[in-house]
Amino acid sequence: MKRKLSIGLLVVALSGPLFASADEVVVYSARNEHLIKPLFDRYTESTGVTIRFITDKEGPLLQRLKAEGARSPADVLITVDAGNLWYAAESGVLAEIDSPTLEANVPANLRDPQGRWFGLSERARTIVYSTERVQPGELSSYEDLADSKWRGRLCLRTSKKVYNQSLVATLIARHGEEKAEQIVRGWVANLAAAPFSNDTKAMEAVVAGQCDVTVVNTYYFGRLQKAQPEIQLAIFWPNQDSSGVHINVSGAGVTRYAKHPEAAQKLLEWLSSDAAQAEFAGLNMEYPVNPKVPADPAVAAWGTFKADELNVNEAGRLQADAIRLMDRAGYR
Amino acid sequence: MAEALTRSDGPRPSAPDPKRAAPGTRSRARNIDRPWRWASRLLAVSVLVPLTVILGSWLFFEPEVWVHLGGTVLPQLLVNSFWLVSGVALGTLLLGVPLAWLTATCEFPGRRLLDWGLMLPFALPAYVMAFVFVGALDFSGPVQAGLRWLFGLPPAWSFEVRNTFGVILVMTLVLYPYVYMLARVSFLGQGRSAYEAARSLGLGPWAAFFRVSLPMARPGIIAGLSLALMEALADFGAVSVFNFDTFTTAIYKAWFGFFDLQSAAQLASILLTIVLVALVLERRYRDRARFTDAARSGSQRRIRLSGGAALAASLFGWTIFLFAFVLPFIRLASWAWAARGDLDMRYLELFSHTFSLGVMAGLLTVMAAFVLAFAQRYHGDFSTAVSVRIGTLGYALPGSVLAVGVMLSLTWFDNRLADAVEWLTGQDIGLVLSGTVVALLMAYFARFLAVAYGPVDSSLERIRPSIRDAARSLGASQWETVWRVYLPMLRPGLLTAGLLVLVDVMKEMPATLLLRPFGWDTLAVRIYELTSEGEWGRAALPSMALLLVGLVPVILLVRKSARA
Repeated sequence: MKRKLSIGLLVVALSGPLFASADEVVVYSARNEHLIKPLFDRYTESTGVTIRFITDKEGPLLQRLKAEGARSPADVLITVDAGNLWYAAESGVLAEIDSPTLEANVPANLRDPQGRWFGLSERARTIVYSTERVQPGELSSYEDLADSKWRGRLCLRTSKKVYNQSLVATLIARHGEEKAEQIVRGWVANLAAAPFSNDTKAMEAVVAGQCDVTVVNTYYFGRLQKAQPEIQLAIFWPNQDSSGVHINVSGAGVTRYAKHPEAAQKLLEWLSSDAAQAEFAGLNMEYPVNPKVPADPAVAAWGTFKADELNVNEAGRLQADAIRLMDRAGYR
Repeated sequence: MAEALTRSDGPRPSAPDPKRAAPGTRSRARNIDRPWRWASRLLAVSVLVPLTVILGSWLFFEPEVWVHLGGTVLPQLLVNSFWLVSGVALGTLLLGVPLAWLTATCEFPGRRLLDWGLMLPFALPAYVMAFVFVGALDFSGPVQAGLRWLFGLPPAWSFEVRNTFGVILVMTLVLYPYVYMLARVSFLGQGRSAYEAARSLGLGPWAAFFRVSLPMARPGIIAGLSLALMEALADFGAVSVFNFDTFTTAIYKAWFGFFDLQSAAQLASILLTIVLVALVLERRYRDRARFTDAARSGSQRRIRLSGGAALAASLFGWTIFLFAFVLPFIRLASWAWAARGDLDMRYLELFSHTFSLGVMAGLLTVMAAFVLAFAQRYHGDFSTAVSVRIGTLGYALPGSVLAVGVMLSLTWFDNRLADAVEWLTGQDIGLVLSGTVVALLMAYFARFLAVAYGPVDSSLERIRPSIRDAARSLGASQWETVWRVYLPMLRPGLLTAGLLVLVDVMKEMPATLLLRPFGWDTLAVRIYELTSEGEWGRAALPSMALLLVGLVPVILLVRKSARA
């Protein structure tokens, strides 16, 4: 017993320093390093709080968080897409937090009704078309891309990407499964090429003339436009007289077993504040969630649009249905 | 000790199969065998635990995801996987074996350069090769655009590369080095004598190759081929660039799409079972034929090819080198040059992390592989054979799935450890192992033991047991025999194994992402961050860096093995 005790004490002594620091926040992030590190550095500079983080895909990070349980070192989970945020909340790894600041800074449809996660940046998944071969008047809605006039003119990213799963989930929420499946089948019939592995590839195919129109997240378009200002592509905001443009978020929550819950909440509040929002969104050419903060000029130049006001949570809830639907419809 | 030295290897000179050993001899052999057996069991357990976590998924069966997948996409995925595996098998054999034979035993223009040049594609991760290939050859890529412009073809003119053929081609080009390297070691070991003997007995050059050289190199070829096929089957990165759906795609769909890790693990364990059955069958079959080398004479002359034969050999080698390495290299280099602004001091850190993880894992894994192979061959009983099988299964699982298996078992252990300490001392120490380099090394070990085992075992298999008997009868102890006889003779095999693991670890992505300690980013992590955002061009910079670090061990190996 005595020996056991001394081994125990030794372990404590050795590992103690790892957990001693109070002024720190540990972040697990599915948002990439180059999109978060500049902000973390600024936060550390102004507050003295150090931030340690690792990045990975959502799936493995979440498993790690679950497996670590009450002893997890993580204080904050940052992830991308409403579906992932919804699932993280569902699996009980996020704490409900009550923060008037966050509630004021983040509009209600971009956060969890129970306060387990808050959107931090907003992106629209919209239509991008070739300015050489498409008149904007031809375009109207996501649903319309299923029309036979687009036969052989549509390019899409793979259905395995969560952004498309969320888009289809909102179609299900709006129209019901049957109608949504008809729409997706229409898309598949109109494809000019097998689905692409990413949005950029799909846009490059439009530029090269393989197809005329595609559906992408706004920041991918922004990035391409920044690299090639003369590119023959333009953004179209669909569904303006109906449901509005499909939007999605990247967001964050405080973990249930956070070792530094107050510091974690403070970090989130700061990220949603005027001081951080412009940069948080701007680094990735996204829209700030905080309505008081204007978007980056390059992003603002795409014009304003009516956004879908369905709570993004809904997309998460229907994600599995969306995948099943796309599998049935043969959308790879 | 003396008694043990005279023990019964004599009656079973080459086959370690316990079934063939007389019962009496085994009980006497037991004392000295014990360390080997226990070591091999211990090694197997460290792989078995994460695998058990995966297999444990069957305890809770919910048919929902299965029913859905089975009714929609699964049939097509199985067909795709079948073609992928068949195509890659054919492709890697057709490239790897002839090239290995030519560079190991013949002399032709450019042979010296090709000898190591043909290994270089191995330093290129499959996912990088895939994005280079698709980026260059797809409709919007420079090749097709150039052809349309050059020949005034209509704007819609195109050919499709994102299809089964394209995937097989890319996989073959990055995976043939497994077959090439392992076959090369075998052919080098054979030298020219067996082939010459066959020729002098009246066989033509082709017949001598197919009936003598090739069967003798079989263990090496099969070892290389099984690695290539396991990697092709479990690959997710390269196939997703093509949006080509394989069985592994279904695993990821279940996990990331349906948030159902249970079903994902169940699907993965089916993959595991298929590979296990294939390996056991192969081993069964191989045991009937066994070849050991004639003593290698010091300086063997190569077969000098001339005229058309030399030209053909040269052309073949250079073509493969061009497509598998030079062209992708140029493409990457030009992208990397465009992204050179990203290069900063952090790359030093990325380099050192990448390299040191590779070296640590390489040493650990090669030592373990040697213990397993040696135990299997000379101290093998049934449970050792099982240990070896289990120990080398990790490679058959998709990287993320194995990584999660390791992570789950390690955090479980970590939590129990902390519970115990808390109970003893009243203080919560938190998780001490997860999130450290130890966790990462365990994952590498579990994943790449098979990679190290292949070359070690196949070169061990070519050493005559009589050599060992000779050493023993001259009074060498067991450890001396290992140290002074086996290790030197196994050097090419051990070096190959070390190189393979080193480079594989440096390329490894999912386990590194999930288990790395805070701040331990590697080049592969950097590539992930960029490719996951579709920034392939910028990802070329870390890819290029990875390629350059990968080249160092390859060149080192070639220089050493040329001397050996």
